[in-house]
Amino acid sequence: MTASANVKTFQINGRDYSARAEETILEVARQNGIFIPRLCELEGLSTVGACRLCLVEVKGSNRLLASCVTRVEEGMEVTTNSERLERYRRGIVELLFTERNHVCSVCVSNGHCELQFLSQKLDITHIHYPYRFPKAEVDASHGRFVIDHNRCILCNRCVRVCDEIEGAHTWDVMGRGIDARVITDLNQPWGTSDTCTSCGKCVHVCPTGALFEKGRSVAEMEKRRNFLPYLQLMRGDQNG
Amino acid sequence: MAKKRMATVWLDGCSGCHMSFLDIDERLLTLAEIADLVYSPLVDAKVFPENVDVTLVEGAVSSEEDLHKIQMVRERTTVLVSLGDCAVTANVPGMRNPFSTKAVYERAYRENVTLNPGVPNEGVPRLLPQARPIHEFVTVDVFVPGCPPSADTIFYVVSELLAGRTPQVGSHTRFGA
Repeated sequence: MTASANVKTFQINGRDYSARAEETILEVARQNGIFIPRLCELEGLSTVGACRLCLVEVKGSNRLLASCVTRVEEGMEVTTNSERLERYRRGIVELLFTERNHVCSVCVSNGHCELQFLSQKLDITHIHYPYRFPKAEVDASHGRFVIDHNRCILCNRCVRVCDEIEGAHTWDVMGRGIDARVITDLNQPWGTSDTCTSCGKCVHVCPTGALFEKGRSVAEMEKRRNFLPYLQLMRGDQNG
Repeated sequence: MAKKRMATVWLDGCSGCHMSFLDIDERLLTLAEIADLVYSPLVDAKVFPENVDVTLVEGAVSSEEDLHKIQMVRERTTVLVSLGDCAVTANVPGMRNPFSTKAVYERAYRENVTLNPGVPNEGVPRLLPQARPIHEFVTVDVFVPGCPPSADTIFYVVSELLAGRTPQVGSHTRFGA
């Protein structure tokens, strides 16, 4: 088998890079140690461009492009960091903090949370928008896992991993806008789900403490994700 | 050089930020050489004085008394520091916010009480509808998140401010730190 030599040459932050045509800007950046923030994208899952944190500037385009779903092109000039991008990214993270009730100090994922990590990385010391403090449910009906909607940022990783990797499609999203919620089966308690295999993949791809294992206390929930690239590699042939 | 005037205030918080402040240990002596602690739960002054250079405020604004205090503190302070997650985000005190104050009173003073259950109507300041971060009420000059911010963070912030510099807080602490 010979790989077709469809290689693109382009620039990121003024430096030359080359990559295969099917690779995204985010993938190339990651391979080369260039940090682009993201919360919905995860290696091994399909990309949805939902969180908008990975927006980058591309010369010649007056709109910002989500680098997780934008493939590299010949001659492309990408900027991954600018005052404008920082402003938007900070705004997005701040809005995520106001949308639900993120109380880091008492969260199982304190110290291991991607949202919390990004807030520090983006130098966010307070939130400029008014907090909403919505009423959100906690479903502990499953024998081993809990979903706390207070901490959910609707990244959809749980939905994708359950559908694409586990093949169960227990998770989905119901409702619109600020009323949107991830649900199990037909919006029933997780513990009564007929499709859930209790594999726990959703728990471990979740970027925050929204999904966690029962019995974990504050700061005790570390997510393990190394199964994803492995499964993807092993199933590479089937998925073409 | 005249000594700086410093104060600390305790609103709706657990006092953990004040404990963390005390955890700077012998460095308190260093601070005492350059500043007087003119008001604090840790000293005897009963009234928040005029002309305070730096005030650290712990806790969310949760009651009518908190609101009154923070407005007075703001008027009498040059640099107001929002210290800790309760002050910065409402944190744990804010966990009551999705519920009505009536439900909160019932929970605290009736459901969990065996001796003379009943909501007090004197001696306790009335709750505001929600516990909110202090920057939603007054202008805040420096934000120091953390639950609590570490003693090292507090010492760094206070020493910078007393020296007339603006501390770069972001790399020292974070929400939930």
